[in-house]
Amino acid sequence: MATAGWQRRMAWVLGAVAVVGPLAAPNDYWIGVMARICLYATLALGLNIVVGFAGLLDLGYVAFFGIGSYLYAFLASTHFGLHLPFLLAVPIVVVLTAFSGILIGAPTLRLRGDYLAIVTLGFGEITYLLLINLDRPVNITGGPSGIIGIDPPAVAGFALSRNTQYYYLFLAALALTLLASGRLRRSRIGWAWQAIREDELAARAMGINTTVAKLQAFAIGASFAGIGGSFLASWQRSVFPENFLFTESINILAMVILGGMGNLLGVVMGATLLVSLPEVFRDLQRYRLLVFGLMLMVLMVFRPEGLLTLQGRHDEEAEPGA
Amino acid sequence: MLKLTDVVAHYGPIQVLKSVNLEVRAGEIVCLLGGNASGKSTTMKTILGVVRPTAGRVEFEDQRIDRLPTETIVRRGISLVPEARRIFARMTVWENLAMGAFTRQKAPAGELAADVERVYALFPRLAERQHQLGGTLSGGEQQMLAIGRALMARPRLLLMDEPSMGLAPVLVDQVFDIIQSINRLGTTILVVEQNAAVALSIASRGYVLQNGRIVVHDAARALLAADHIRRAYLGED
Repeated sequence: MATAGWQRRMAWVLGAVAVVGPLAAPNDYWIGVMARICLYATLALGLNIVVGFAGLLDLGYVAFFGIGSYLYAFLASTHFGLHLPFLLAVPIVVVLTAFSGILIGAPTLRLRGDYLAIVTLGFGEITYLLLINLDRPVNITGGPSGIIGIDPPAVAGFALSRNTQYYYLFLAALALTLLASGRLRRSRIGWAWQAIREDELAARAMGINTTVAKLQAFAIGASFAGIGGSFLASWQRSVFPENFLFTESINILAMVILGGMGNLLGVVMGATLLVSLPEVFRDLQRYRLLVFGLMLMVLMVFRPEGLLTLQGRHDEEAEPGA
Repeated sequence: MLKLTDVVAHYGPIQVLKSVNLEVRAGEIVCLLGGNASGKSTTMKTILGVVRPTAGRVEFEDQRIDRLPTETIVRRGISLVPEARRIFARMTVWENLAMGAFTRQKAPAGELAADVERVYALFPRLAERQHQLGGTLSGGEQQMLAIGRALMARPRLLLMDEPSMGLAPVLVDQVFDIIQSINRLGTTILVVEQNAAVALSIASRGYVLQNGRIVVHDAARALLAADHIRRAYLGED
């Protein structure tokens, strides 16, 4: 179908641009911006599983980002003197963050819509407060001054140092999470999520175990934040509670909504816009956030369903039954 | 086939079902009547395990099912056409039908395709619209889709909650004709209806639910003829 080819072609073009991007970047700063785009797109894809696929409005997603970052900091820094290799630390962080998704998801299972949003918002705040206060009586998180001296990613004795190297690492992670998201959506569990999003009671009547399906969404969504968190910590070489404020949850949610909930390419485009636009408008100095906000409003007024709508799902996929 | 014995159910502190006793025999169409808030929908949800009974027992084919999770109950052969249809609006007609077969993941693909064709034979309109999103269908078509979706689980007992709700009179007759033909093909049916006259005209027996209790139980023909039933449920003075 027409739209299908259009979206697929665009995905290939964007992929190609992403691979050669650093060559065209004017300076190292912009390569850093591109790395941040990949990082946030990975996070947005994780939130998209919960919000876009399963339809569970999570306003505290940043909690998982924070948990992932701090877990990596615990495992690979001078803070506890543990220096696990990158390739070992990241999988551990991902599994533990997924587990935190189940812990935070479990009490919210019976909640829907506004109530779910308020409770997850609360969890996000609680996580922030824990990060900032758990330096006493035993110093776990480093309190307001965070954790510094985090190991950079190193594979076989080669440590990453330049932004370009980080960029390609983050891009690889983004490609992986994109692929995983696409597969999940077409899987049995993906269909269960979409049924829950459309109508939870009907989903139950179809014989879907909604409890298990929701916990899976929370766990998998959180695991993406585990990847993003590890990467942020190893890139910044430090983590601070201020990295994980409520506004970050909203920022990531805005990427999902702006791009078009549930549409993978749309979510990546949403992340690209929301990370890069404030940079593009940097010359406007103090008016830049004003212009940025106005642009978002205009976009939402004219494309209330997001840049790419869910409708695209039917266009980009093969005929049912294939 | 299905037997409810002294079933009690609560929503929080509110007792919705006080004592429900009813029986559906294999091959029957049984009609459950009652006014608003009499507990009809709750009875349906209790049978399917969406609501847990606080007392009493639900048996299906001589086995207790009131402690089983909904997915197991669906697998055993009970499926629900929910009140207000509740189709998946942003899935296509075909995808909605596929969701109906969610518990049959082990069934060969050919078997599922044949079942979809069977639903299309029953509702030719759905075949015409198979790639359309469920939410874009008319009310009548959505009702057909909801019935077709429930049939995809290959139920032996089909629960239908207010299938005539919000439909034009012409469509109501059509839907009940189809319910009758589904029954003739071998599916037992328990139908909850406000539209008592139409429902009783195809049912063999009927129960009347009032304030969470079964107050009347008789052959459908007798209920249609009974004065007090006519006054209370058929809108006649």
